[in-house]
Amino acid sequence: MSAGSIVAGCLAPHPPHLVYAENPPQNEPRAECGWEELRWGYERMRKRLAALNADVLVVLSPHWQTYIGTHFLGVPRFDSKSVDPIFPNLFRYKYGLDVDVPLAEAICARAKERGLVTQMMRNPDFRVDYGTIVSCHMTRPEWDIPIVGISSCRSTAWYSVEVMQEQALALGQATREAIEASGKRAVLLASNSLSHRHFVTESEVPEDMTHEHIYNHSQYLWDMRLLDHVRAGRGQAIIDEMPEFTVQSVSETDAGALTWMLGAMGVPDYPGEVHAYGTVIGTGNAVVSWVPPEEGASS
Amino acid sequence: MSASNPFVKGLVVPGIPHPLLAPEQNEGWQRLRNAFEAAREEVHSCGADVMVIYSTMWPSVVGHQVQAHPEPEWVHVDELFHELGSIPYRFRVDAELAHGWVRAAKGRGLHARPVAYHGFPIDTGSVVATKLLNPDNALPITIGSSNVYADRAETVVFAKSVTDALIAQGKKAVAVVVSTLSNRLFTDWIDPATDHVHSPKDDEWNRKLLEFFAAGRLEDVAQLSRQIHRQIRIGKVVNFKPMWWMSAAMGQHNRYDGKVYDYAPLYGTGAAVLSLTPSGEGVGDKEFDEDDVEFFTGDRNVLDGPVAQESSSALPAPKVATPSVAPSEQSPASSSGVTNTAKAPAPVGAYPHARRVGDLLYLSGVGPRQPGTNAIPGGPVRDADGNPRDYDIEAQTRAVIENVRLILEAAGSSLDRVIDITSFLVDMDRDFAGYNAVYKEVFEPIQATRTTLAITALPTPIAVEFKVLALPGDVPLTKA
Ligand SMILES: [Fe+2]
Repeated sequence: MSAGSIVAGCLAPHPPHLVYAENPPQNEPRAECGWEELRWGYERMRKRLAALNADVLVVLSPHWQTYIGTHFLGVPRFDSKSVDPIFPNLFRYKYGLDVDVPLAEAICARAKERGLVTQMMRNPDFRVDYGTIVSCHMTRPEWDIPIVGISSCRSTAWYSVEVMQEQALALGQATREAIEASGKRAVLLASNSLSHRHFVTESEVPEDMTHEHIYNHSQYLWDMRLLDHVRAGRGQAIIDEMPEFTVQSVSETDAGALTWMLGAMGVPDYPGEVHAYGTVIGTGNAVVSWVPPEEGASS
Repeated sequence: MSASNPFVKGLVVPGIPHPLLAPEQNEGWQRLRNAFEAAREEVHSCGADVMVIYSTMWPSVVGHQVQAHPEPEWVHVDELFHELGSIPYRFRVDAELAHGWVRAAKGRGLHARPVAYHGFPIDTGSVVATKLLNPDNALPITIGSSNVYADRAETVVFAKSVTDALIAQGKKAVAVVVSTLSNRLFTDWIDPATDHVHSPKDDEWNRKLLEFFAAGRLEDVAQLSRQIHRQIRIGKVVNFKPMWWMSAAMGQHNRYDGKVYDYAPLYGTGAAVLSLTPSGEGVGDKEFDEDDVEFFTGDRNVLDGPVAQESSSALPAPKVATPSVAPSEQSPASSSGVTNTAKAPAPVGAYPHARRVGDLLYLSGVGPRQPGTNAIPGGPVRDADGNPRDYDIEAQTRAVIENVRLILEAAGSSLDRVIDITSFLVDMDRDFAGYNAVYKEVFEPIQATRTTLAITALPTPIAVEFKVLALPGDVPLTKA
């Protein structure tokens, strides 16, 4: 068996609005249009990933929140309906997905060796969180390769962003080792938005884009600062500034997804490709892929 | 208000699933299970028509949500304690009350919506509380979310909204607050036999709160919310708000019979099952250190209004400062002696707020509506469905006088230059005394002439309106 590898790491945000606006058959509500920049950005990223022949998607979602340790989906198949608890009017999605349980178990075991608290989730009635579903759908709507689903350990709430990052970086290293040992080609999905200040009222027509803009200018500046680091290949700067970024932009990066993904990729010193930046109810979202030079990074 | 309050009982219960799914694993979890079962008797014998749940484990971020599916059904699995097993449920929801709650919340200035979707994820806490307190669906339920960003004002107003709806629908209710006391869980798996409250400090605080509850001091606990948040809550949300909700719903006082069924650790948190029953007596003395609030007028319309400027969040300094006030609000239009101001409620017809003719300033009729939101302090005289409701004439009168002051000042005059007032009341018998008392506070030293009339109705659901005549600011008072 040849060594496995991480063929791409992606920032793959999960606003249910994007799935809603695409009108896939699995989703009940219907839309006219909306959030095209982000959706078309995802489309470009899908093309970019298609050539990489991935065997598995490994996704860490802020909306599977575990206050005791990091959990991993540990049931081979799930079929159910995901209803977004915040936007049930937009997202009621029938999903069927396969889980790469052996890889999940391998990551779980290596994370435990590194001192993290871990748990395999073995309950077949468990409902997969909507963040995981949205990020996977937008990245690979065919659902034709298995996923590994990882929870977000809430160490930011318990301790601090710094403690969260220590744990997320260790989880990233465990993820990388397990993937390399598996012989598989994996795409990692960090399922989170950037700045997360959002509107607290809704427009009558959700896809009415006249209402869509960044929450305020300072949030925009923070997002652009982070994306500058992405585009310039300054992975370490992203990690270093994460505590301040997370607090100032009330960001979902508190969940550790981005840190975990960067850690698993060895903290890239090569640029990430920004496929799109756009806002959803005022939050900043970027669709980004990092493809290691040996896999043929574009720049 | 307390005489007509529709809540005949209130309970506080934990939502962590061990008392439901694994009571046998720990002596304290079993005691909590027994406590739930004892409290169930109270729920079913108190004469309530419905169980209203406020769950700290159902977060919302875009306003508040209310469960309105008539018969939600699912097999629930907790995202953390999934190993304990699945919880199949089928509940009976009072959808009429849920919709009434949402309507009332909107009427009080909140953003709210009903959720009635098959498969909507009801939170573990609401599921656990309903399974243990109401296993045979003897009572219908409804559930309100806990807005992550909401602070006291929004939470209080959300609670008063369900009270409005219950009154309008003639229902009695039991309030169920789903929350632990201290909420620090262990961060690693424990042997159930070794469970204990995370720290002695958490435990001491919990016990002090239980003393208050046992003495029926609900409002006192509510007033301690910010302190509780700092001392024994992990900061996952803006503030500890369930007791604000509970006291605003049931009545903001300390006249309750409190009963603490039991208290035990639940994976490090402090969990209690307790009940509060309104009573004529109790600890009378209390300190109201925060204003009561009837309407929410905070930052709720970001989509429609100017973008709110945040004060704290810019490290890279923004290059462009956004004005915090929309241009239309900055200067009152003033032509041919006419004054209009965004500081006063918008007119409901083609008339200005005030008009100067010669040495006199005439004001159009002024009511208590709040500028911008049209909320009515003290509550409207009837609800959105046209049913009469209890309202506070003193609060309405105060708001009228405040609006008069704002218009006078926009026109360059002031309250002390008022020379004549005609007051209109929709219910002279009920309201004259309250109106008269508030009037006296302000106008006794001013000595304007006054006439008070009873009329059948005003154009909006308000109880009082003033017609005012004053001297402009540049006319000497002696000239009158
Ligand atoms: Fe999210």
